[in-house]
Amino acid sequence: MAETRKPVTTIKTPVAIHYNYSIGAGQSAFMRAIREGRILGVRCPDTGKVYVPPRLTSVETASPMTELVELPDRGVVYTYCIVNIKFYDQVLDIPYAYGYIVLDGADSAIMHLIQECPVEEMRPGMRVKAVWKDPKEWTESLENIRYFKPTGEPDLPIEQIMNEIRKKSYA
Amino acid sequence: MQLNDHGESLCGQHVLQYPYRRATGPILGRFFTEIRDNGRFLGIKTSSGSVLCPPVEVDPDTLEDLSVDDLQEVGPAGCVTSWTWLSEPRPGNPVQRPFAWALIKLDGADSALLHAVDAGSESVMRTGMRVIPRFADERNGGIRDIACFVPED
Repeated sequence: MAETRKPVTTIKTPVAIHYNYSIGAGQSAFMRAIREGRILGVRCPDTGKVYVPPRLTSVETASPMTELVELPDRGVVYTYCIVNIKFYDQVLDIPYAYGYIVLDGADSAIMHLIQECPVEEMRPGMRVKAVWKDPKEWTESLENIRYFKPTGEPDLPIEQIMNEIRKKSYA
Repeated sequence: MQLNDHGESLCGQHVLQYPYRRATGPILGRFFTEIRDNGRFLGIKTSSGSVLCPPVEVDPDTLEDLSVDDLQEVGPAGCVTSWTWLSEPRPGNPVQRPFAWALIKLDGADSALLHAVDAGSESVMRTGMRVIPRFADERNGGIRDIACFVPED
């Protein structure tokens, strides 16, 4: 029976891949700690650099790394990206910012959402601290931290950030 | 605190998915519209006189564009030219019990369409068997407007 519907011009062809993802010893240590509200890194025995999340071998020297280090939940924004476009399944209202945050005492960055800061005021060197979910909601996830927000402390000078970035040779 | 790799690794379930929507172009647009609205199949006649179903946009021999005027009705019944039995259907498969993926040459066509055949048992399947389409209860445009094919008798 004929119906008067608009002709087909597009078809939905969704693709989904379901993974069981085994995260390995370093990430497992990180996730078990963050379930308790702690942030772990690992120290390279050769260079003294601290990587977060922990990994099993040094990026620069390939030495095994075993010394876990607890890190504070605050640090510095080294770089950031402002999301200005809408996309499918987006949770947040645009514009919003994701930053590369180097925690105090760490030599590698984690990526996280930065809020409570107008995107026009985002800048490298800004000091930020974590805003955690209610401990009752904590799981093995970096999402236990809802976002980072500015602390209001003085920025890390941009020259220092540029120097540190030049020194850091990890991937 | 020491990091060692003797502890059991945590394991998580991840889903990577893309909500693709593809443009059909005029020929496949007509093909899918005809299935959705009328439960009819269209093939396309090429310069060599063969009829291809599903229809294509370009003549495979001359590389000339084909037109909607070259479309003609085929099927809806057809025969299985090749098949493979799937004893464990996966989530999202069109039939949620053991079934066959089959190449089905609809009556009047010279090429075959890939779809599921719900035959109930592998012993029913054979190359050359006659099948008919079972259409989805709700048809929204797309290959899933055909729920599956089933044995003709």
